[in-house]
Amino acid sequence: MAIKDVSYIIKTRDYYRAQGYTTDYLWAQFDTTPFTHLEKPLSESRIGVITTTMPDTEAGRVDRRVWSTASAPIPRSMYTEELSWHKSMTHTDDVASFLPLAQLNSLQDEGVIGSVASRFHSVPTEYSQRNTLEQDAPEVLARCRQDEVDIAILVPL
Amino acid sequence: MSLVARHLETNGIPTVVIGSALDVVEHCGVPRYLHSDFPLGNPCGKPYDEAMQGEIIRQAMSLLESAEAANTVARTPFTWGEDCNWRDDYARIDNNNREALRLRGEARRQQQTQDKADGKLRAAMVSET
Repeated sequence: MAIKDVSYIIKTRDYYRAQGYTTDYLWAQFDTTPFTHLEKPLSESRIGVITTTMPDTEAGRVDRRVWSTASAPIPRSMYTEELSWHKSMTHTDDVASFLPLAQLNSLQDEGVIGSVASRFHSVPTEYSQRNTLEQDAPEVLARCRQDEVDIAILVPL
Repeated sequence: MSLVARHLETNGIPTVVIGSALDVVEHCGVPRYLHSDFPLGNPCGKPYDEAMQGEIIRQAMSLLESAEAANTVARTPFTWGEDCNWRDDYARIDNNNREALRLRGEARRQQQTQDKADGKLRAAMVSET
């Protein structure tokens, strides 16, 4: 039997309506998509990681903004409670299931990639696309440049 | 997150997104997307399954090297398991929770009004409980 992919756009629309919201959320859509070729081999590239989970700290749990956290030691937990994920079906106790630092460290040891950036970045999922476009995305870019990242892996929860 | 990927890519940093919401990512359009057909929460592989988690990141790396154009989408070979009920279970609305959701929305709107009055300009999407 063919698997039918879940339509999260429709599920989100219906969930908002069920909570009494009268205007449907308008998902971002564009006519074109940017594309940049890799400038150097993976084995010489520094990889940066970007997550929608927040630092599991007093500040990280309440302050919705871009955060940067050291990639080593790998955090034992991240704050995920406010994000939309399938809480009745799974859990986020294993950070490697959504924050691939351990996996990238292994690839670095094998020489598949050059290195892992010394920190990773948290970017909040915002209702306001304007906040993301005008504040968070430029901030993440600036931090990736500071880190001299060649390639970014982005993992929304 | 797709918006951030697009911004990085526009400014010269190649990206790959690993996620589990195919329709959301494709609607926006990103340069490279690796889809994990799992319940939302573990796009890099099932919790504590190191072998699977390793394979998924390797596949993401391969996608970075092989993609020749924007909107390149690949899928991991993994499934969540025999039970496909999770697909219908997410954000389910039925008579058991309809009134609770309505009340939750009312409370949320009151909180949002208060947050705006307090100068808090950021808000999350509604989350599934």
